[in-house]
Amino acid sequence: MTAHSNVPRTPPRFSATFDPATLAEIRRAAATGIYDIRGGGTKRKVPHFDDLLFLGASMSRYPLEGYREKCGTEVVLGTRFAKKPITLKTPVTIAGMSFGALSAQAKEALGRGASTVGTSTTTGDGGMTPEERGQSQTLVYQYLPSRYGMNPVDLRKADAIEIVIGQGAKPGGGGMLLGQKISDRVAAMRNLPKGIDQRSACRHPDWTGPDDLEIKIEELREITDWEKPIYVKVGASRPYYDIALAVKAGADVVVLDGMQGGTAATQDVFIENVGLPILAAIRPAVQALQDLGMHRKVQLIVSGGIRSGADVAKALALGADAVAIGTAALVALGDNDPQYEDEYQALGTTAGAYDDWHEGLDPAGITTQDPALSARLDPVKAGRRLANYLSVMTLEAQTIARACGKSHVHNLEPEDLVALTVEAAAMAGVPLAGTSWIPGRTGGY
Amino acid sequence: MNAISPDLTFDLAATSLRELNAALHAATGESNARRWRVLNPNGRHAVAVGINAPLTVEIEGHVGYYCAGMNAEASVIIHGNAGVGLAENMMSGFVHVRGDASQAAGATGHGGLLVIDGNASARCGISMKGIDIVVKGSVGHMSAFMGQSGSLIVLGDAGEALGDSLYEAKLFVRGSVKSLGADCIEKELRDEHKALLAEKLKAAGLEGTVDVSAFKRYGSARQLYNFHVDNASAY
Ligand SMILES: Cc1cc2nc3c(=O)[nH]c(=O)nc-3n(C[C@H](O)[C@H](O)[C@H](O)COP(=O)(O)O)c2cc1C
Repeated sequence: MTAHSNVPRTPPRFSATFDPATLAEIRRAAATGIYDIRGGGTKRKVPHFDDLLFLGASMSRYPLEGYREKCGTEVVLGTRFAKKPITLKTPVTIAGMSFGALSAQAKEALGRGASTVGTSTTTGDGGMTPEERGQSQTLVYQYLPSRYGMNPVDLRKADAIEIVIGQGAKPGGGGMLLGQKISDRVAAMRNLPKGIDQRSACRHPDWTGPDDLEIKIEELREITDWEKPIYVKVGASRPYYDIALAVKAGADVVVLDGMQGGTAATQDVFIENVGLPILAAIRPAVQALQDLGMHRKVQLIVSGGIRSGADVAKALALGADAVAIGTAALVALGDNDPQYEDEYQALGTTAGAYDDWHEGLDPAGITTQDPALSARLDPVKAGRRLANYLSVMTLEAQTIARACGKSHVHNLEPEDLVALTVEAAAMAGVPLAGTSWIPGRTGGY
Repeated sequence: MNAISPDLTFDLAATSLRELNAALHAATGESNARRWRVLNPNGRHAVAVGINAPLTVEIEGHVGYYCAGMNAEASVIIHGNAGVGLAENMMSGFVHVRGDASQAAGATGHGGLLVIDGNASARCGISMKGIDIVVKGSVGHMSAFMGQSGSLIVLGDAGEALGDSLYEAKLFVRGSVKSLGADCIEKELRDEHKALLAEKLKAAGLEGTVDVSAFKRYGSARQLYNFHVDNASAY
């Protein structure tokens, strides 16, 4: 007996393959028989902007003086065909998030925050609300497969139209809004009975493929007298070809959303396993635009995990014209705020990890239709927080651009960047730091 | 003499589509030029789209995709066949095609009446949200897919998977139905449904010519309204 106690014991060891999260998911699946649905974006680590660094100016290039020398941040979208292109003061826009997924207060706050800094917001699956139109100086109206709430009156009120083909969180997937969030108002806007699970189709009902899309775009332009910029939004999957086809179909602006992009409710298996990280998608997209002679003529907006001015600057340096933010904007409003920790605990989670946005129980009053919960969000104060955050991102991007000697954030270029990992170097098409090696640069996508 | 002022004629062989649609958008309900004629459409797409006034537009020939798309208030009559997405997302008014219609006729329509004298192809009334559609001939597969509200009335036959994933749209078919889609079932045709049918058929100009009791009614079984694991094979 005692002889054994001297033998060193192997400590309990978890399998890397069957780690605790995997085991828990197997048990959950076995107990319920249904896949896990959640909000938010990819939670696993994927190559991202963190893997890139700016070189800054020194001997061979000179920097611009902070605060004194101008560094422009404005961006004009929709210059290709639209009679009324959009001018934004910052290249950071608010991504499409539906009323239904978000409370009316949250939508209003997004409009207030964005308008304060001179940028745009975007509707979502479920149509346009008066609060949102009223508070958004520049509003992009999404044209989705479900066409919930789609009507020509709102279409004419919009400043731009965004045809949604896919989302980074779920390229190839439709939408869903579970019954808990289908309140009377949401149901009425979508012409659906209250309390049922609302499924959104994954394909448009009246067109398939790029040739049809060209005709669809012509129709929307004719309806709106060629005034409004038309965006086409795709999830990052085959960016070179998708962007080329969107340009061919007549888009003014292309929106490219990476796999980290947030969603209101999608299967976890989809969020974590389908699509490309945005880092891997920007260069092929820009290449497609360049090959067609359309870079900067058809503007590129990228999204998926953008958090800071550094991310903005990196996305622009890789060739984007602007970025869009979803999750970060919600956090600025107050999503996952530690002040509600007790309530997150009661929901079996913790501030920072809460992602059951589809259940409509959000303590912060953002991803809910519950009147008491949504009343917690003050749209004016939340809008102010978002405006502050957007200003910080803009200032940060300017700071980096000046350090690289650029008088406009659009002058940032891939040559300003290096990568910290071989993967990021290959994906972003910039050299591995300290080398001149860009892995995989032998052409072709 | 016609009480309405002379017709306004647009010959698309000589005038651009842009001019036609811009003129239609600029017209107001009060303008006295209320009957518009469109000649030589020659399969052009997006003819007479986005009208927002009680005009009457007669199109002499075949049209391409999305004719009368998002129509509000206007009456659009097509003396020919129509391509994909005829009267898509119509809000109100009346669209009448004298020939056949291609796929997705009346798709996502919110209101108004669409009458198709001939046959409609696949996905007629897909995702319909309040529109009434009367098809004198037959409809193709997946018609009224995810139909939310409104009615689809088919005097002929329906193809496969009628009413798949249906919400609350009401479907009536006089002829045969090749198959019903997921969650679509036959329902009893009661007097209130016969009255509804009679009203819609009257609006379509078929009053007294069709026996409403010859129709079968189909609707949602409402089994897919809230996810249940035992229905997983239907998802
Ligand atoms: C709550 C929520 C709702 C969303 N709803 C929509 C939508 O209705 N339509 C759409 O195209 N994308 C939708 N998205 C995706 C965003 O438009 C955007 O692509 C994504 O959030 C960008 O990534 P990020 O969240 O990492 O910033 C939604 C995202 C969130 C977080």
